[in-house]
Amino acid sequence: MFTVIGFMFGGIILGYAIKNNRLNFISSIITTLIWLLLFILGIEVGSNQQIINGLATLGLEAIVITIAAVMGSCIAAWLLWYALYKRKKGGKA
Amino acid sequence: MKGSLIIVGFFALGCLTGLFNIIPFNISETNISFYALCALMFSVGLSIGNDPQTIKNFRALNPRLIFLPVMTILGTLAGTALASMVLTHRTMAECMAVGSGFGYYSLSSIFITEYKGAELGTVALLSNITREIITLLAAPLLVRWFGNLAPISSGGATTMDTTLPIITRYSGQEFVVVSIFHGFVVDFSVPFLVTFFCSI
Repeated sequence: MFTVIGFMFGGIILGYAIKNNRLNFISSIITTLIWLLLFILGIEVGSNQQIINGLATLGLEAIVITIAAVMGSCIAAWLLWYALYKRKKGGKA
Repeated sequence: MKGSLIIVGFFALGCLTGLFNIIPFNISETNISFYALCALMFSVGLSIGNDPQTIKNFRALNPRLIFLPVMTILGTLAGTALASMVLTHRTMAECMAVGSGFGYYSLSSIFITEYKGAELGTVALLSNITREIITLLAAPLLVRWFGNLAPISSGGATTMDTTLPIITRYSGQEFVVVSIFHGFVVDFSVPFLVTFFCSI
């Protein structure tokens, strides 16, 4: 985990060092790598028999809890967002 | 929306590839995803460092955003407490223990399997993987419905590594510091909260 963060800081330093050369292609590299990682995550889920079998039985329960957790935290985040940004700018985020 | 659908497409394609063993070796035993993640984070770093706007954005960031991890934890616990009313055979504490994984599925499922058995441990594993997947897939929608902070809250403990790229992509690069800080605090809370809800 800290290795991954370390790579990011390395990138920040290098990116700052060469900031006179704008790297406009970097966002398409980021998008491609996100696709690759999601594809790999899919392979891991698809090839894990335990997860595939579990999806049928305990999966529904897990999804109910997850949706409740995500909605709860998003509503809480929206409250903070509203208090800090939206209210001051007259309804515009 | 189009971006999200493409991401879902790649994930579904991966699931099918895994299910039918199209790739002749076990990808989870290789380090490919780790190297790809490192490359991704390096690219994210490059784009942050290379953008002259970034430093200005950091200074402009509202210091009250340090409350975001607290909002995430309270919102998640409230949501999972409500979920226990639907799942009648689960106690409120069990649901809250599963929710307290905040997407940190490896650690939370090990803890819950240890305290409450493999069944709830499996629910914790699936639920927290799903949380990460929902955050990755729905980030653009969450921004539209709940504002720019929503993907960070939804990402829970994963916002300092796996979901950070997608957050910078859809919430904006100025939220990268909040996202790492948020991930760090929520990550740290996982073992404590899971243990607490398993013991009551």
